[in-house]
Amino acid sequence: MDFFVQLLINGISVGFLYGLSAMGFVMIFKSSSVLNFAHGELLAMGAFLFLALVTWAQLPILPAFLITLAGCFVLGFVVERLFLRPLIGEPLIFVIMLTVGLASMFKGILLLIFGGNLNTYPDFLPSFLGIQRGMINIPPVYTATLIIGLTFLAVFGLFFKYSSQGIYMRSVADNQKAALSLGVHVKLVFALSWAIAALVAGMSGIVLGIINGINVHDLSAIGLKVFPVVILGGLDSIGGAIIGGIIIGLLETFTGGYLSPSLRDVVPYIVLVFILLVKPYGLFGLKEIERV
Amino acid sequence: MKKRTLRFHPCGNYKERYDDELTIFESDFGRFWALVGLIILFAVVPYVVSPYLLYVINMIGIAAIAAIGLNILIGYTGQISLGHGAFFGVGAYAAAILATTVNAPFLLAVPAAGIITALVGMIFGIPSGRLKGLYLTIATLAGQFIIEYILIHWESLTKGTMGITLPTADIVGFPISGDKSFFFVIFIALCLMTWIAINLVRTKFGRAFIAIRDNDRAAEGMGIPIFRYKLLSFGISSFYAGFAGAIWAFYMISVTAEPFNLTLSVEYIAMVIIGGLGNIAGSIYGAVFITALTEVLRWLTDYLMNSGAFATSGFNLNLAPLREFVFGLAIVVFILFEPRGLAEIWRIVRSSFRLWPFSY
Repeated sequence: MDFFVQLLINGISVGFLYGLSAMGFVMIFKSSSVLNFAHGELLAMGAFLFLALVTWAQLPILPAFLITLAGCFVLGFVVERLFLRPLIGEPLIFVIMLTVGLASMFKGILLLIFGGNLNTYPDFLPSFLGIQRGMINIPPVYTATLIIGLTFLAVFGLFFKYSSQGIYMRSVADNQKAALSLGVHVKLVFALSWAIAALVAGMSGIVLGIINGINVHDLSAIGLKVFPVVILGGLDSIGGAIIGGIIIGLLETFTGGYLSPSLRDVVPYIVLVFILLVKPYGLFGLKEIERV
Repeated sequence: MKKRTLRFHPCGNYKERYDDELTIFESDFGRFWALVGLIILFAVVPYVVSPYLLYVINMIGIAAIAAIGLNILIGYTGQISLGHGAFFGVGAYAAAILATTVNAPFLLAVPAAGIITALVGMIFGIPSGRLKGLYLTIATLAGQFIIEYILIHWESLTKGTMGITLPTADIVGFPISGDKSFFFVIFIALCLMTWIAINLVRTKFGRAFIAIRDNDRAAEGMGIPIFRYKLLSFGISSFYAGFAGAIWAFYMISVTAEPFNLTLSVEYIAMVIIGGLGNIAGSIYGAVFITALTEVLRWLTDYLMNSGAFATSGFNLNLAPLREFVFGLAIVVFILFEPRGLAEIWRIVRSSFRLWPFSY
């Protein structure tokens, strides 16, 4: 029973992380309908920027965290401006391929600079965040993750609901042409959604780095695991991303715990194929899919 | 009937029938140079180049077969596959298993491996029937990981991480081993597959693929059964991957699951994009470009490491990440600046020579 509960907790926290990583992905897809294959590398960029600031530049944690978020914001902006902007109106194939190319570019840069080894952050989380009750042990990282994740979820929820820029972003996601004709600056919305998505990705990258250690290959693998998560949750639903993430996380830990550890990494993709066949718009996705 | 004269470059558009549009060689000039190229390829190249270079050329040939297959899917049908590397692996394993367990001869094992791969590919192509566009991409991404897992973990069939060692290939009693004899096998296969592909896209099937790529709703409206054609295109593309993989397996002698990862799939996508989408010859240029790029980078890293430029600074220059970066850069640069690839650049160069000195 304890094993079950521990798996449950692990699953939920891992899944929450997946959901968090998927949030940025969904944001980009929602506003510009670009499938971002470079998402894992955006996560890695954030994680490594934080690592460089903390260990090389010896900055304290809070300024380093804020600078990382700002850096990711700028990175997202620049990526959109340099690479995605010229492709507006081009066939979807080119846009998807471009993100595939970007992914391997970023991965190459990170590997050249930091190498493929596992890095870790210095331990900085206060220990009172950890929960120890009987046989159940929740390390402080997971509590911190939950707090950070919920904060971001709330902030973005409010941002999309009430701020004018958030409303513009939703309007572009809903209907690009209509938004354009009503005077929404669509290009700015694209740039902003990439910037925010990169920011969220950078933040998730840091959290992932605290938990699993920072490794380019692992982080980019998580970027691909975003796909089962978002397909399950619905490609254009931010809340769906979190719930999809938790389901995938639970599935992974339970398969790892009860069936076989090696099956753990494939299960999400098997589920993915199954969902694509049965319920392609996911749990919370918009059901306006063209069946051609 | 008009007497057939040698045709050189026309100075305008004199096409009168649809057959003229479909012709492969617009002028006898092109036909002549294609023939000269083939003669040089088969009669001169294997006898003059060094063994290492011959190995590289063979790798180009195998990559070109797989890239042509991917181009039929991406360039002509407009469906993206991120699992081409895995399908290549399925072909390699299928050939290895056929050759070791039932002693299938080379000539039988290679096409059989292609057909098996086509069937496996079509399973992952089924989601594309229900949904358009990017969903096939995601499904093939899943396919990539699932196939990789199966190749490693189905130990009774694939011998897991140990890999399979193949017997020497032979064609009706003549053993083929070594770079030179494989050169002929690979390039005859490449010529055959290119010929099939070029003619395939001129048939009803190829036109249906192009119609689906350009506008799937209009294609459906014209009575093209889209699902069936998408699946067919996917099957053909996987067949090419499996065929190339099978030859690769015989050439490499032993097969392990390691090389067939996502990086290989991205490499094939890079070949198709850099070569030119929707251009069969372009895939061959792309295969040459990517394979040559790898070799140049290998040479460059060796040179820089040995020259000591980086040894003192403690900077460790590694081939793999550099390769990854340059591939990504090449894909991005070609998409942004020349989305129609090397084939288009070649066409521009050719036509500016043709119109010389009045090119503009």
